[in-house]
Amino acid sequence: MAGLTLRDVRKSYGDVQVMHGVDLDIEDGEFVVFVGPSGCGKSTLLRMIAGLEEISDGSVAIGERVVNDVAASKRGVAMVFQTYALYPHMTVYKNMAFGLKQAKTDPAEIKRRVDAAADILQITDYLDRSPRNLSGGQRQRVAIGRAIVRDPDVFLFDEPLSNLDAALRVQTRLEIARLHQRLNTTMIYVTHDQVEAMTLADKIVVLRDGRIEQVGSPIELYERPANAFVAQFIGSPKMNFFETADMPASAAAVLGREIGANDQVGLRPEHLTPADAGSAVIQGKLELVENLGEYALVHLATANGTEFIAKTEKPPVEALGETLSFTIKPELAHYFAKDTDLRA
Amino acid sequence: MDNIAGTKSSLTWAVHLSVVALVALWLFPTVGLLVSSFRTADQIATSGWWKSMFPSEQNLTLRTDAPETQAQIDGLYVIEGKLFEEGKDATISVWGISSRAIADFNAGDTAELRKGGTVTVQADGSYRMENAEPFEGSRGSRIFVTAETPPEFTWANYKNVLITGDATDNMTKAFFNTLTVTIPATIIPILIAAFAAYALAWMDFPGRALLIAFIVALLVVPLQLALIPLLRLHLGIGIGKGYLGVWLAHTGFGLPLAIYLLRNYMVGLPRDIIENARVDGATEFQIFTKIILPLSFPALASFAIFQFLWTWNDLLVSLVFLIDATGETTVMTKQIVELLGTRGGNWEILATSAFVSISVPLLVFFAMQKYLVRGLLAGSVK
Repeated sequence: MAGLTLRDVRKSYGDVQVMHGVDLDIEDGEFVVFVGPSGCGKSTLLRMIAGLEEISDGSVAIGERVVNDVAASKRGVAMVFQTYALYPHMTVYKNMAFGLKQAKTDPAEIKRRVDAAADILQITDYLDRSPRNLSGGQRQRVAIGRAIVRDPDVFLFDEPLSNLDAALRVQTRLEIARLHQRLNTTMIYVTHDQVEAMTLADKIVVLRDGRIEQVGSPIELYERPANAFVAQFIGSPKMNFFETADMPASAAAVLGREIGANDQVGLRPEHLTPADAGSAVIQGKLELVENLGEYALVHLATANGTEFIAKTEKPPVEALGETLSFTIKPELAHYFAKDTDLRA
Repeated sequence: MDNIAGTKSSLTWAVHLSVVALVALWLFPTVGLLVSSFRTADQIATSGWWKSMFPSEQNLTLRTDAPETQAQIDGLYVIEGKLFEEGKDATISVWGISSRAIADFNAGDTAELRKGGTVTVQADGSYRMENAEPFEGSRGSRIFVTAETPPEFTWANYKNVLITGDATDNMTKAFFNTLTVTIPATIIPILIAAFAAYALAWMDFPGRALLIAFIVALLVVPLQLALIPLLRLHLGIGIGKGYLGVWLAHTGFGLPLAIYLLRNYMVGLPRDIIENARVDGATEFQIFTKIILPLSFPALASFAIFQFLWTWNDLLVSLVFLIDATGETTVMTKQIVELLGTRGGNWEILATSAFVSISVPLLVFFAMQKYLVRGLLAGSVK
């Protein structure tokens, strides 16, 4: 077991720099999730920790040991790939035993560890099958089992759930959460799915274009996003942004703050509540209603043309094209500077 | 909606017709060779192989027993016997005693012999010669018969070609020589190509792309171009003509395609699997032997089949690099060429030799055809 320390980690392919100096501390036993849009460098960062990509500059330390020049297999990490990466010509048992055999572990010990891992993941019945005879979920569990038997200091997951169907994804997500509780090992998990990030993580690292935008617990990121990017990335449907021109005159009074020309106001759809025109923070023309039963997503556009969404308990009774007013508790509004995108 | 994959094309009949045509094109000569190889020279001369399943009418020239076997019965000199050898079941319709009139008599008729006496021939081939005077001469009389013979097949050709035949006919030695050329000439290039293909597919080194381009360029070099320079090289460095030389030549000529096919296959293997093996602690060599090689089996098998067939059927490379004046190292293709010269009229020998020569490729093809198709498609279609 060990924590990780990343110091000014950079990666370039030729002249193109893709990681621009990442600093990150991961505590022992922490569940860390890297999120970000496609191409933000989250997988590259994970592969640099795993030893599959060279580190162009900076240092990665696992525990006290700087591992920049240590081979992948000697870093004490185990990786679970998006495509499972099972060896198709080996049985499940041999798949799980392969790493231990490479390490010249005693056969009795290999058997004990594989059986134990199979027991945890409930794949004991499949040990003699070949991967092609397993369903997607079973394959994913074998891939996780293969990581467990190596008893690594750090587990690395590279979008492990994205090849599963929705129901299985929820179930496997729970299993991974349970596994973390049980093993209490450091886990680093890459995903572009913010639901996975919010539910699994002790700590979320939001990346964009090879830079860390914000590091924090899921609730910190939701309640106090450091910039407009994080604010929009965390939360679903994503946060609405307004300029001063969008807001009615009554807004300043309700929010208790003058909206300047350099201000962006961020209001989460789930925090908007219907109100009278007099106490409106935002008003918009009704364009579309998505009724999901449990709640409704109301699509609107301000007089200024900015589109936004409100999440309401019931669909509005007004007809399309009518103007609706919404208000919000002042403490739930977020302000960002327009020029820097930083929280103001 | 007509162009959606899975709907039946209106040209299905054309596909079916061409399949039938191709099958027929392939099947006719092959079956013809096979059937002919089981027939005697007489049968081949009188009827085509497609008639071999039916009785055939043959004009045969047979001889009665020699005069010394005559017996004196009731004052007459008599020779009795059967025209056909024992066990042959033929029916004579007409016969004659002169080559100019082979159909003068019906079965059961009696004819006057020119040298005196009479002969009676029955439908089943039994005859009786009678004469008041003793028959003279050392040989029996010639009888020309037109006989209906039942279909008959014989192993004699194979016995001749494989076991008893003299040096010109015998294929056994050439068969084993061909095997001696073919097996190493298949295994050596695969071994080399598999290593090269892995390196070109998965190991990063400067100049890799250039090297791949160079190998692709080598694919289009005609081998005739290299025959003489290579032979001079072999003679110059002391390999001379012999098995080593022909193995090296086949290896060299086979390598570009082998590397190209295998690299294309290996490059399509999932990167994750290889990286996972790396995290699992496998060295580059272990990744190759434990992961890549087993997964590349279809491509390896497919190339092995190709290389085997080519080298088996090869004449040119063997002529240049292997076969010397002693003829000790002749291969089957060369042996058949020689047979065409020495035994050009003996179709039964030629057909049998040819079938011996194609039997192994046929076996290989039918045993491994699924790899042939799978390995070929593997590089292009996932």
